[in-house]
Amino acid sequence: MVEKQFTITDEAGMHARPASALVGAVSKFTSDITLEHNGKKVNLKSILGVMSLGIPSGSVVTIAADGADENEAIERAGEVMEKEGISNQ
Amino acid sequence: MTQTMSGIAASNGIAIAKAFRLENPELNVDKRTISDTDSELARLTSALETSIAELEVIQKKTAEQISEKEAAIFGAHLLVLSDPELVGPITEKIKTENVNAEFALQEATDMFIAMFEAMDNEYMKERAADIRDVRKRVLAHLLGVTIQSPSMISDEVIIIAEDLTPSDTVQLNAQFVKGFITDIGGRTSHSAILARTLEIPAVVGAKKAMADIQNGMMVIVDGLDGTILIDPEESVIEEYKNKQAAYEEQKAEWAVLKNEATVTADGQAVELGANIGTPKDITGVVDNGGEAIGLYRTEFLYMGRDSFPTEDEQVEAYAAVLKGMEGKPTVVRTLDIGGDKELSYLDLPKELNPFLGLRAIRLCLEMPDMFKTQLRALLRASVHGNLKIMFPMIATLDEFREAKALLLEEKAKLQAEGVEVSETIEVGIMVEIPSTAVMADTFAKEVDFFSIGTNDLIQYTMAADRMNESVSYLYQPFNPAILRLVKMVIDASHREGKWTGMCGEMAGDEIAIPILLGLGLDEFSMSASSILKARAQISKLSKAEMAQHTDRILALGTSQEVEDYVKQLPTKLKNELGNPLP
Repeated sequence: MVEKQFTITDEAGMHARPASALVGAVSKFTSDITLEHNGKKVNLKSILGVMSLGIPSGSVVTIAADGADENEAIERAGEVMEKEGISNQ
Repeated sequence: MTQTMSGIAASNGIAIAKAFRLENPELNVDKRTISDTDSELARLTSALETSIAELEVIQKKTAEQISEKEAAIFGAHLLVLSDPELVGPITEKIKTENVNAEFALQEATDMFIAMFEAMDNEYMKERAADIRDVRKRVLAHLLGVTIQSPSMISDEVIIIAEDLTPSDTVQLNAQFVKGFITDIGGRTSHSAILARTLEIPAVVGAKKAMADIQNGMMVIVDGLDGTILIDPEESVIEEYKNKQAAYEEQKAEWAVLKNEATVTADGQAVELGANIGTPKDITGVVDNGGEAIGLYRTEFLYMGRDSFPTEDEQVEAYAAVLKGMEGKPTVVRTLDIGGDKELSYLDLPKELNPFLGLRAIRLCLEMPDMFKTQLRALLRASVHGNLKIMFPMIATLDEFREAKALLLEEKAKLQAEGVEVSETIEVGIMVEIPSTAVMADTFAKEVDFFSIGTNDLIQYTMAADRMNESVSYLYQPFNPAILRLVKMVIDASHREGKWTGMCGEMAGDEIAIPILLGLGLDEFSMSASSILKARAQISKLSKAEMAQHTDRILALGTSQEVEDYVKQLPTKLKNELGNPLP
């Protein structure tokens, strides 16, 4: 299993558009991928799960992946967050 | 047999097409015990797949016809439909509890809806509506009920609806939607404004359209006078086709005036501007020969999104408008939000009397950080054109002074940071509160210009809520009380060498134009589609003649008397001048 921390820098926090991009991107991987914030862990392939965390700006989140393509999955998640402008690593 | 109905003429033009009812069906879910779980699961899968296919089409069409940004919301809806944390529990319920798919879907989504609604963040609360929207789509397929989406329309139709929501209107395609009729709303409601921007004929406030008009019925919408004709006879259709052609011809005639200045018959120039909501509207302003932007409503920049627009985003929008106007005067109104206009991400307490509450400049002065961001963005964009800044809902001189001080403070800060700012920005106010109109002589010493907002000035002067249909008879633009206030403002500005514009609906009204011309109004700002008609009218009017009628008009007793007086003016002038007006 691999995991990595990210800080959400977008002033609106994790809102619908970047969350959709992130969920859409990681859903293509076979590994189990989770997002943890404030002690709550959700499936990163679930848009409702991600949104239900209501992650505000400035939060530190941990993304963990477990499976055959875990490294690629984490890398892709980082890329998407940077591209959507919600996190700088 | 032709049936006639009338409503409020909301957008000029005539449309003749088949009716398309945009309905909001009721979806009732019963709990049933099922024996064949496999076939129930298959039913669920099929409903989900159909919904996904449908949303993909809507997403694609919205992206092509409107914008990628507007289409993004459907991307989120698609993800909900394939969300393992939603589909998993639904499937589980069907298998273990032997319940029908509709019920399982309802229960699973209810849980998420409750979760989002319990969040203490407005934006997250709004997401519950997204889940409801997605659920409605799937439920409709399970129950075999059809849900229409305006973007799916591919025939020429006239839309009939109770009301059009902003998300409906986002999907309207002017290629197929020839006109629309709504049962509620007025000339200034969201859908009416949008119709004028898209130049789609529309009648709003028809009250019984949904009750009386069935799908596929032939309908005529006359957006010029608010008439609706249902199932018209061949002869009536013929008549309206002629009327439509005459209107188109007149429009072509006006088009000749596009690049002309606005000059009265006696050689006096006035300025005709347009009211806009977004940089996209500039095309319509240019196409209709607008000489200025008399009102740029910046609140649209703040609406339909998740959070405040950043300073950079605002600079981009303001600069786009200023560049698009190529140096022509551009009056930007600072944020007019609060009261009945809400922002999902701004949690304001509910007010008993929103029109008299914390809104516009009052809210901006209460939240100076939000206001300063906008002022900075305006100042930064100012180098791209001829910017004039206008504060809305000013009731006292103190408010104006405070707002202007903040502006100057931000200007000094930017200059200290080495940012270039225009030195010729005029700073003015909206006159929409009677106290300000009465004090116009004092204001005129400090402001650079006035712009009269008639919709609010009328509502506050007559003490009549303009959204309340029971008192709509008090919406009287020609009431001498209003005209006298308008005169006070114009005269006060001229005494100080300043100018007065008008950016309410009244500025484009053919009865109001002769009066306003006589009163000496300098700038008329209206929907872009009204500009050429107004220019044609003004070119046939003499400002000096109209000024002679002013005292008599202001001495009349009622709105109706003023209207009647102006309506018989052409004949009166003909008699006095001895020849007909051109």
